[in-house]
Amino acid sequence: MISLVGVVAFILLAPVIGGLIAGIDRKITAHMQGRVGPPILQPFYDVGKLFEKEKTVANDTQRFYAISYFIFMIFTGALFFAGGDILLVIFALTLAQIFLVLGAYSANSPYSHIGAERELIQIMAYEPMIIIAAVGMYVVTKSFNIGTIASYPQPLVLFLPGIFAGFIYILTIKLRKSPFDISTSHHAHQEIVKGVTTEFSGPTLGLIEVTHWYETVFLLGFVYLFFAFSPLIGIIAVILVYLLELLIDNASARVKWQLVMKSSWVIAALVGGVNLAVLYYLGVG
Amino acid sequence: MTYLSKSPWILHYDATSCNGCDIEVLASLTPMYDVERFGIINTGNPKHADIFVITGSVNEQNREVVRNLYEQMPNPKVVVAVGICACSGGVFRECYNVAGGIDKIIPVDVYVPGCAARPESIIDGIVTALGILEGKRKAPQSGATEQQPVELQQGGGAQ
Repeated sequence: MISLVGVVAFILLAPVIGGLIAGIDRKITAHMQGRVGPPILQPFYDVGKLFEKEKTVANDTQRFYAISYFIFMIFTGALFFAGGDILLVIFALTLAQIFLVLGAYSANSPYSHIGAERELIQIMAYEPMIIIAAVGMYVVTKSFNIGTIASYPQPLVLFLPGIFAGFIYILTIKLRKSPFDISTSHHAHQEIVKGVTTEFSGPTLGLIEVTHWYETVFLLGFVYLFFAFSPLIGIIAVILVYLLELLIDNASARVKWQLVMKSSWVIAALVGGVNLAVLYYLGVG
Repeated sequence: MTYLSKSPWILHYDATSCNGCDIEVLASLTPMYDVERFGIINTGNPKHADIFVITGSVNEQNREVVRNLYEQMPNPKVVVAVGICACSGGVFRECYNVAGGIDKIIPVDVYVPGCAARPESIIDGIVTALGILEGKRKAPQSGATEQQPVELQQGGGAQ
């Protein structure tokens, strides 16, 4: 039950929405820090600028990996908004992320390598929680099909409050927000230069930025799934969740990777596991 | 349509500066001056940078570093020498261990004098650099700088 409209809408609209979200993100961040901040359209200027720069790549495979990251992230989001299989979406997401890691490893730079290693740690940290979220949705709705999950008449968040909280926790990692922006960050200086994106420059870096916009829209779509019974409440919830992430981002410093890893798994096991156990004993599904 | 001058990303390097100018460069990023208004971001990565903001008179230790950083930046790019040491060597000009100015090592496009250069004149220098950056994009073949370098007077304003 693949909806072609969802695919086309995602491919065309997601960069626009994602870029605007990034612009509003920077504006709100600046206001939180007592600054005026850049124009809302700044992320589009940035990407436009990056495509105007000289094409310098460390090697040809690096560009191939960046393009693969782009294509598989679009595939992930398109499959999601088309109402495909949620497990396939999660696997495609991992594959896309792995291409970014390979791209960072392909360049001979210690900063890039540290960034790639930290990106792998992030993937390991958030993956269990995303799988548990998919399993939780299956237990309630009896389907891995996103179309079926989205058309479930009751609010999923009432059945899956723990899993929702756990998902918000790892969303900080996925959106590259403090305290979990260990592999790369949108903020200025950090100890590993620019981590996973250090060796990407010019148009290739622009492509990675656009990919991140697609990713943001896909992730917020995942948040929406918990509230899909009512589109209005869903959109309000997505906005509130994003504002919460911004607040966390501005109110916290970066932590060590060990804490990211341990806390993500403990939270996934605790809130995710307890949530699933409660569903089991209540006989839901 | 051009985006280059709307999104200048900066690489900041301290080549034997006393740190006075560096603190003023970083002061430009604070809520007081907030250069992110102009889309300016301090990247700390030469491969992402468009403007090379450099302070100090360059000694033998970091001569190669300066050249290396400059060569890692993708074109079009501009160099802004901040502080009198970066412009001419300043009081250290005659010292045996300094090169005496950034332009002895790499082509400089904008000179921002001052000891230490004020944040206002640093921002003025960077905004002047945006115009040069735009000119370089239109004539991409010019590897080295073809325009006349711009010297800012202390307190801002191009000559």
